[in-house]
Amino acid sequence: MQYWIIQTLNSLALGGLLFLLAAGFSLIFGLMRIANLTHGSLYMLGAYVGVTVLKFVPNLWLAALIGGAVIAVFGGLIERFILRALAGNALGQVLVTLGISFIVADFCLIVWGGDPIPVQTPLALRLPLRVGGVAFPTYRLVVLGIAVVTAIALYLLMERTRIGAMIRAGVDDMQMARAVGIPVSKLFTTVFCLGAGLAGAGGIIGGPIMSAYPGLDADMLPLALIVVMLGGVGSLLGAFVGSFLIGAIYTFGTALLPDLAYVILFLPMIVVIAFRPRGLFGRQTV
Amino acid sequence: MTFNRRRFIQAAGAGMSASALGFPAVVRAQSGPMRLGLMTVKTGPLASGGIDMERALVQYLKERNSTMAGRKVELFVGDSGGVPAQSRTKLQELVERDKIQIMIGPLDTASALASDDYIRQQQLLTLSVAAAEDMTQRKPNPWFTRGTSTSSQCAMPLADYCAKTLKYKRMITIADDIAYGHEMCAGFQRVFEDAGGKIVQKLFSPLTVPDYGTYIAQLKSNVDGIFLGFAGSNGFRFFRQFNEYGLRGKIAVVGGMTAFDEAVLRNMGDEALGIVTSCWYSAEIENAINKRFAANFRVDWGYDPGFYAAATYVEAAVLDATLEKLKGKIEDKEAFMKTVRAIKVDTARGPVQFDKYGNVVGSIYIRKVERKDGRLVNRVIHTYPNVSQFWTYKPEEFLKDPVYSRDWPPAKNLEL
Repeated sequence: MQYWIIQTLNSLALGGLLFLLAAGFSLIFGLMRIANLTHGSLYMLGAYVGVTVLKFVPNLWLAALIGGAVIAVFGGLIERFILRALAGNALGQVLVTLGISFIVADFCLIVWGGDPIPVQTPLALRLPLRVGGVAFPTYRLVVLGIAVVTAIALYLLMERTRIGAMIRAGVDDMQMARAVGIPVSKLFTTVFCLGAGLAGAGGIIGGPIMSAYPGLDADMLPLALIVVMLGGVGSLLGAFVGSFLIGAIYTFGTALLPDLAYVILFLPMIVVIAFRPRGLFGRQTV
Repeated sequence: MTFNRRRFIQAAGAGMSASALGFPAVVRAQSGPMRLGLMTVKTGPLASGGIDMERALVQYLKERNSTMAGRKVELFVGDSGGVPAQSRTKLQELVERDKIQIMIGPLDTASALASDDYIRQQQLLTLSVAAAEDMTQRKPNPWFTRGTSTSSQCAMPLADYCAKTLKYKRMITIADDIAYGHEMCAGFQRVFEDAGGKIVQKLFSPLTVPDYGTYIAQLKSNVDGIFLGFAGSNGFRFFRQFNEYGLRGKIAVVGGMTAFDEAVLRNMGDEALGIVTSCWYSAEIENAINKRFAANFRVDWGYDPGFYAAATYVEAAVLDATLEKLKGKIEDKEAFMKTVRAIKVDTARGPVQFDKYGNVVGSIYIRKVERKDGRLVNRVIHTYPNVSQFWTYKPEEFLKDPVYSRDWPPAKNLEL
């Protein structure tokens, strides 16, 4: 029983972390129609920037805000000066994002070196939470809380604000959105900044669990892809449900059938693409 | 007769081939510097160890004014990125363009296996760091010599130590789901169970697992200890999460040769204190060669040398001693292989010699993490001298069994 409680909490915490990563990826994919392959790198860069910020301000949450802002600006620059130049050439844009991810990886290696760098858990959250004989890392529960709060904030942004309405319009029908006078290219920059910032902040918030290390980008990117394929491109609800589904599939899959860890992770994605190409909640075909 | 274009090309061609053939090739090769190749990894997840390999080798050459056995040494470095296919291409570049005469490396097992047939084909002298068991066991490569350790060579003494000195009865093993992890855990399990212990749980996690929470939650609590067979940053991440779940102090942790390397220790805190690991090296080994090596390395780079730095430093010492015997003549490959496998040399890891399969026989150290001068170090608490890749088993019988793997030897004491 205790085992199942811990594994359930595990799956929820992993799902929360995945949501921080995948929400931005999904929005960018939905609006701009490109799989942003730098997303994993932005996550890793966020973790590394957070490590540096933490040397000056010993507060994880402040570091997440600052790091998120830095990565948002970086993302904005990529969109504005590189992707914009390739507008209309989706394949070219995807390849460019892949190229940038390699450059970022080597940049991180030069600046922060090849050793894993730990991110300290805030002092107050360091001890495991013990309830009735079950010990669970407090910090992971906090990550879950942050993910839920972020999801609600994004929901309100998308459903209740003017800019959210414009993004939804762009996701649904780009040409019609342009025709009715929505400044779609400005929207691109905004969404890219938002997605990059979320990934960057996610990198730091995930830091106490994952640490910052070379290869973190390549570990995270496929997970973002799986979540978005499963949940549906451009759908916030899809990213949310997809994250927790993948968190659960991954956790229980590896717990029950440890030899098939990779199969369990990728099989649902293949099944969904084969039988429901739009994903669970998406409106466009991938 | 006009000197037309065709004639010119013919004449030029004839002249060139004449000069190439006419040049005394043997004399040129022997009088020139020796061309040493290092196949390492300077980009990607394995870069940390790969960069240390280069730093230590450069230091070795610098300390000797780039001269071995009176002969200048030129160093050529190849970066495989840890990708086997790229490693093969880079090796070809080192051999065919840079004309290296001997290679130190590669770092990782997969790259070593990918280069195996090319090494045979080119008869390239190789001093390897990669740990793949069968390259010096059932499928020995005649040009391959390893001065570090096979995957299980350090794990087997540790299992002995756990069973006999620490008196552990029940243990868990967990490692990366790659050949290196399989071989290490298999060796550990065999020796531990032969000494009367029981491996009650055996876990392998994917190399790029994002989160170890799932695995940690599965760990049985009624055990004496857990053996970590991780490489690179994975052991470090596993152990942090292990602490996060409040398991530190409840299950004792012991680690293989790469789990708590000096490279990882410098980013850890007090939580690592007291952990027991085994390796063929520690920056704390008390011998004159190592004291000088570790001190110089620390001055240059600000941290202790670990597994990878020591690997090239030891291999370079083996090369140096062999060349000394051959008076610098590396051109005679057969003589080199014969000499290197018969050599006995004192290195930073202690005395080193080789078995007939080309693998090292040397001391294995049991180490404990302690704090010294403000930094964490692996203090040597016990030494197993002259450990071979076969541990205490008879080589002939050892080689009749299948190679160590995920399923061999079978784990008979697993509890569900």
